[in-house]
Amino acid sequence: MKKLMLGNEAFARGLYEAGCRFASSYPGTPSTEITETIAKYDEVYAEWAPNEKVAVESALGASFAGARAFAAMKHVGLNVAADPLYTASYTGVNGGLVIAVADDPGMHSSQNEQDSRHHAIASKVPMLEPSDSQECKDFAMLGYELSEEFDTPVLIRTATRVAHSQSAVEQLPRQEKELKPYVKTPQKYVMVPANAKNRHVVVEERTRKLIAYAETAPINKVEDNGSEIGVITCGAAYQYAKDALGNKVNYLKLGMTNPLPCKLFLDFAAKCKTVYIIEELDGILEAHAKALGIACKGKEIFGNIGELNQVIIAEKLLGQTPEVTAYPEQLPIRPPVMCAGCPHRGVFYTLAKHKITVSGDIGCYTLGAAKPLESIDWTICMGSSVSCLHGFNKVLGEQSQNKTVAVIGDSTFMHTGLNSLVNVAYNASNSTVIILDNSITGMTGHQQNPTTGKNLKGDPAAAVDLVALCHAIGIKRVRVADPYKLSEMEQAITEELAVNEPSVIISRRPCALLKYVKHNPPLHVDTEKCKSCKMCLKLGCPAISMKDGKACIDHTQCVGCGICEELCKFGAIGK
Amino acid sequence: METKSVMIVGVGGQGSLLASRILGNVLLQQGFAVKVSEVHGMSQRGGSVVTYVKYGDAVYSPTVEKGEADVIISFELLEAARWAGYLKKGGKIVTSTQTLDPMPVITGAATYPTGIIENLKGMGIDVTAVDALSLAEQAGSAKASNVVLMGVVSKKMDFDEAIWQEALNQCVPEKFIDMNRKAFALGRAAE
Repeated sequence: MKKLMLGNEAFARGLYEAGCRFASSYPGTPSTEITETIAKYDEVYAEWAPNEKVAVESALGASFAGARAFAAMKHVGLNVAADPLYTASYTGVNGGLVIAVADDPGMHSSQNEQDSRHHAIASKVPMLEPSDSQECKDFAMLGYELSEEFDTPVLIRTATRVAHSQSAVEQLPRQEKELKPYVKTPQKYVMVPANAKNRHVVVEERTRKLIAYAETAPINKVEDNGSEIGVITCGAAYQYAKDALGNKVNYLKLGMTNPLPCKLFLDFAAKCKTVYIIEELDGILEAHAKALGIACKGKEIFGNIGELNQVIIAEKLLGQTPEVTAYPEQLPIRPPVMCAGCPHRGVFYTLAKHKITVSGDIGCYTLGAAKPLESIDWTICMGSSVSCLHGFNKVLGEQSQNKTVAVIGDSTFMHTGLNSLVNVAYNASNSTVIILDNSITGMTGHQQNPTTGKNLKGDPAAAVDLVALCHAIGIKRVRVADPYKLSEMEQAITEELAVNEPSVIISRRPCALLKYVKHNPPLHVDTEKCKSCKMCLKLGCPAISMKDGKACIDHTQCVGCGICEELCKFGAIGK
Repeated sequence: METKSVMIVGVGGQGSLLASRILGNVLLQQGFAVKVSEVHGMSQRGGSVVTYVKYGDAVYSPTVEKGEADVIISFELLEAARWAGYLKKGGKIVTSTQTLDPMPVITGAATYPTGIIENLKGMGIDVTAVDALSLAEQAGSAKASNVVLMGVVSKKMDFDEAIWQEALNQCVPEKFIDMNRKAFALGRAAE
């Protein structure tokens, strides 16, 4: 029987059925559930790596050892893993190697909107693009066939609406794959210049063979509906186009978006009077078509920003717009916020109170940039908070060094923040780094990491001792503070900013959403004592609001963290 | 059959994922092609969230755009208003009467709108408003509002109750099943 599965769950099912033995990933929306799902199959060894580079290198090693191997990441994660990817393209594989990369058009949960197809082109690695859950499964399996046949890593690109949409999937039994024997072949695997020069020739030859494959590959499908209009498309955009245009046009749907076929494009275009290219983000199919001399329109109609959808396509190509009745009033927006009881709140409240310049990083705590705390000054990429702060303080010196901090989560610190902190110690910037240790990778939905003492399967694992680690790399001043105790946090921050040497504060308190965290009973406001000063509202806690002129705590949200109780000068908040 | 579009809207953390999975399971059991589009990551943190459920003979796009929805199921009143423009003419809203202040209201930059149900009706929408939070608390947990609303919706859809019960069995963890059955029954009996 068919089962409804997320694209990510189906992807994992495909890996499993294809005999994958090894998976190493770093979580990242919208890719995370592939690895969480594959970890449930006992036949597959699966792990969270500290970052995507480590994940891809580990998967490459597993491939050298003869296993079908896998790594998953979000689009920006592939930037971190680009280094091994570009050279793994030269070495090729032993066991098949599939790498999932999940783009986020519309930036539902990302800091940029990059199009990962550029990495496939630049690294000269084939890329497949499924458009629904069944294709996620089928393409994951095909990925291994292609990887082994063409001796290359294979990238499989999804997008939010493919990764996080459920549709029906047929499940089949697993095909066990024997390990391929490892044979020492330095000319293939040792990428010193003399060998790499020869391998580059092999890569170019492989691309020629892959283009020949792409010309007739079953996943590059033509749907001839006898129309004069042709649409060339791929991935989620295919689904939007089908929704909007149905059988009114012919389709060339590309399941493989690198390398692209030539004759297939030309033959398809030759049968159509008008050709439209419908693709999300950059005009990669369009550039290919135009280079082949095909007259077509794409980005000039649809642009390269944000997600496409069926309404945009119907409007631009058919001139149809649905009838819409708008709500008669302007409504207040509801941006995401730090949860009630979030341990990060006490830190950001203190930083905002002291008007500290905050070098931000990637995680739930990026919400420290939101109103009313508005504490964060910049956020770039994983690990960047610490290194950006270092550069900032090196330039501004005394002007900035006692008024700036970096904030970085436990998982992000282990991802790439550690290298940056080594630089702070080694090159001695007077920087204060706050590690927001909430004992989990939060934003992506609670994944274990090297500091939590558990592995992906939930089994006990070595836990990084953050205090000892910071000491070991040369930071002398390292202290732990509890963000639920505002006075303790304030003291830690003011004291560490006052000294003229690198320092680390570990703000330690588990995420309030963790199942094992016991919540205190919700707090209440004594309306007699409440002076309506609205001090508690400055915390930006979603559980606190004003009702009938007095502060009011929503008992369904409050977890009794107590920071509003400490903040209230009138003793109006209590159990 | 023409594709039908349902939107499940609310505030991150209210349990829209479970509701969409129950509905998706029911529709799959009925033999429809189904797509369910979820939201994960940043917006789950107390932001406005929306899940799409589409079904019919064939479903292509997993998303629902303005003017396309047949039904909106809302866990929170302001969110019902926010997404109302996504309904087709003649569309329906099933909403909880629960209100949760968004941050601009908490900080005093905006006020929580009043008269939402009347305004929705004024837009020509068929509105069913239920105090799902109280019913959920009666069933044993405020968290079961989502399943209360699925109970309300089940009365409006033409599928056997047994199919909904089977979907509950498949989607709800065993230790919470009794409480959720109770919540579902209270929702079915509401109105």
